Amino acid sequence: MIQRLPDVTCRVPGGGVFLNTVEKFLNWSRESSLWYLTFGLACCAIEMMATAASRWDMDRLGMFYRGTPRQCDLMLVTGTVTHKMAPAVKRLYEQMAEPRYVVAVGSCATAGGPYHYNSYSVVQGVDQIIPVDVYIPGCPPRPEALLEGCMKLREKIKKQHLKEWASDTRMPEEPKA
Amino acid sequence: MLHDYAYVAAFLLVGVIFVSVAFFAGWLLRPKRPNPVKLDTYECGEPAFGPAWVQYNVKYYIYALVFVVFDVETVFLYPWAVAYRQLGLYAFVEMMIFIGILVVGLAYAWRKGFLRWV
Repeated sequence: MIQRLPDVTCRVPGGGVFLNTVEKFLNWSRESSLWYLTFGLACCAIEMMATAASRWDMDRLGMFYRGTPRQCDLMLVTGTVTHKMAPAVKRLYEQMAEPRYVVAVGSCATAGGPYHYNSYSVVQGVDQIIPVDVYIPGCPPRPEALLEGCMKLREKIKKQHLKEWASDTRMPEEPKA
Repeated sequence: MLHDYAYVAAFLLVGVIFVSVAFFAGWLLRPKRPNPVKLDTYECGEPAFGPAWVQYNVKYYIYALVFVVFDVETVFLYPWAVAYRQLGLYAFVEMMIFIGILVVGLAYAWRKGFLRWV
């Protein structure tokens, strides 16, 4: 339904103001309730757990972990994506609710990290299989860095337009069953 | 008497309205782009195979029953342990009788050989 809103409002005089207000409200609600998928691939996941726990407390950003991709907006790729794990990661991303976001946490998820050279088993960055919104450097990144990455994602969501997230065509290729 | 049921009716009504508004908002706001992978069963990122209606070994049933023995015991032991000082000797004796009954049940299962995986 909401996908058709930009096309309708552009025909009505003053519709842009309405669209802008709706967008602002939607973006605000989306950025304040980023639920992320519970999974970790390597040592960055330990930092993610620390960030979610009481000392750094990711809850205050409205971020909770969920056990199923159906309830998730955000995928924190925490760690080394191996070629063996890549299909599962991609499948999980496909099964997430839309609009969905991905944060590549740490060097491995960003570009392969220490496995960048002469590696037979590691995907050279998770952006080769799924679209990534924010990259966080570090090996592993400190919880503060992870929090800042999440805040950067929130800024990004704040700026997005309805047309973009209602027609997400960023997937590299068509998914196969 | 009938007046009291008005509360139930009110709760029922609010419940129905709440759920339908939530579903309507979801339908209104979500981008709808289904594909075969998205609609597939969630199996921790693995492709699902086989039917979900498979027969389990009946021995699991016995294990589940024996598990309940310990499970119920824990549920009752915790509040008892927390309030132990206020309750005194009477509660202690009563809890021992309770545990005794469960121990008899466990001993029975043991004697019958249910704890052995054959």
